[in-house]
Amino acid sequence: MRDLTSKKLFPYALLSPALVVTLLIIFVPIIQTAVMSLFHYVIWKPADNRFLGLGNYLQALSDEVFWIALRHTLVWIAGTIVLQLLLGFATALLLNRDFWWRGLARSLILIPWVTPSVITALMWRWMYDGNSGVINDLLVRIGLLDAYFPWLANSSTALGAIMIALMWQGFPFFAIMILAGLQAIPDSLYEAAEVDGATAWQKFSRITLPMLVPILFTSILLRIIWVANSMDVIYIMTGGGPGYATHTLPVYAFIRAYKALDFGYAATLAIYLTLFLVVFVAFYVIKVLRSQENIG
Amino acid sequence: MRRTERPLFRLATLHLPVLLIVGFALAPYIWIFITSLIPEKELFTMGVQYLPAHPSLDNYLRLFSKISFAANITDSLIVAVATMILGLGVSVTASYSFSRFKFRGRNYLLIQFLVINMFPIVLLLIPLFVIMRTLHLLDTHFALIIAYATFTIPFSTWMMTSFFNAIPKELDESALVDGCTRLGAMTRVIIPIAMPGISATGIYIFITAWNEFLYAAILSGTRVRTIPVALQNLIGEYNIAWGLLTSGGVISAIPVIVLFFFIQKRLISGMTAGAVKA
Repeated sequence: MRDLTSKKLFPYALLSPALVVTLLIIFVPIIQTAVMSLFHYVIWKPADNRFLGLGNYLQALSDEVFWIALRHTLVWIAGTIVLQLLLGFATALLLNRDFWWRGLARSLILIPWVTPSVITALMWRWMYDGNSGVINDLLVRIGLLDAYFPWLANSSTALGAIMIALMWQGFPFFAIMILAGLQAIPDSLYEAAEVDGATAWQKFSRITLPMLVPILFTSILLRIIWVANSMDVIYIMTGGGPGYATHTLPVYAFIRAYKALDFGYAATLAIYLTLFLVVFVAFYVIKVLRSQENIG
Repeated sequence: MRRTERPLFRLATLHLPVLLIVGFALAPYIWIFITSLIPEKELFTMGVQYLPAHPSLDNYLRLFSKISFAANITDSLIVAVATMILGLGVSVTASYSFSRFKFRGRNYLLIQFLVINMFPIVLLLIPLFVIMRTLHLLDTHFALIIAYATFTIPFSTWMMTSFFNAIPKELDESALVDGCTRLGAMTRVIIPIAMPGISATGIYIFITAWNEFLYAAILSGTRVRTIPVALQNLIGEYNIAWGLLTSGGVISAIPVIVLFFFIQKRLISGMTAGAVKA
């Protein structure tokens, strides 16, 4: 006990449970995935398992679905982030103003954010329904549609329809982050600008936006990583279909693992996705390290 | 900005837009709640009903009599509570250590906890399935608790480090002067002060475990079946039991929303603190 509480070892002793557990359940498995990606590994056909080297990686490059999924991943990230950011930004600007029910409004807009993905997916799927969906009913009533449209069963609208569900689920995150950023801008800046006769637009473009750049950068980066990985809503809403219309890389990897039990190839797809994300993660880590230095 | 605006202008540029956004946030819930009150056989025969013609609790009753929803709730509770205990137990001391000490490798280890959560879930899902299968742990609560620890430990370590950072170090020092050991300073002085933050983190772990679907779908599903998996199972190839799905959705979302309202202030301050400063 004396040794454990000695100044040098104590911090490590406190850390050790968390470190041991993460080592066992995160690092060992990740290495296992990397190893698996070098094998032909279909779990219910153990006799067929054999070493392939980079075979799976090469196979992916000539796999048409891989490229489709990669393209969808990019569209998915860009579209979802833009939608979430725009609505989140507007929400933050509104909630930054003073009005009597602001507290209530701020709490209520957080509800989508804590909604389980399964429920998000199910309720949007139900609202999009081609036979009894409320979205179709409303659009027909106001005259924008002539007849009910199968939003999720049509390959040109399916991905966009899911993006709107994700916008619903994710805009509160941007709203909260941007609101925190807005509240950190000193009032004195606006007062000075007002003395100089600045218009509302000038105040927004010369003070608000520049002051928000750091927080926008951080939240967009975090969101890119999150959205790129997020696949449960897609999987439950369309299962990746119709055809490959809503296959993103994680969906494709999940389907290969879950449906085909082709773990070797699924592991390869997961590693490709990881390599793609490493760039964004590295950016984020650099930023965090810098801010840590500033504080410490 | 400080000028008083005309009420009508304020209504059009502030109250109305906020109302629209709040409406957008709540609409799906309102809609599944309305649907859940409509008897299943009317859903497809009577067209879209905005006010149920024959409102009934039939769907909710069938949820408990037809599918074993009570058992699903129990499974979800067991997994979520155990995940919370494991996550907090392991991370409290780790975050105290990160917050209080400067030691070799500190930054590296802290960053590692941040980065772990950013990689695709499939990366972990595949090997965890193989490991659980080898150990004959598939379809047990234990498998899910372990799987959830992969994301709750890193997250709660970060979260609680920021809560501990907010407590002045002078408190540790005066406890040491008063004759506490290092361990005593932590357990008897700092942890009690950090309790609101720790419990907020715990509730957040509970919520994420309660909500989780992908691991639950792969690592369990027959003997152990949490609510998200049970709901997803109601989607058949040609037939979707929307009455059961919407009522199940309402029941499983309510506890999450209620719990979240208790912790939202603390959670958001923990989440945004770092980002604003950076």
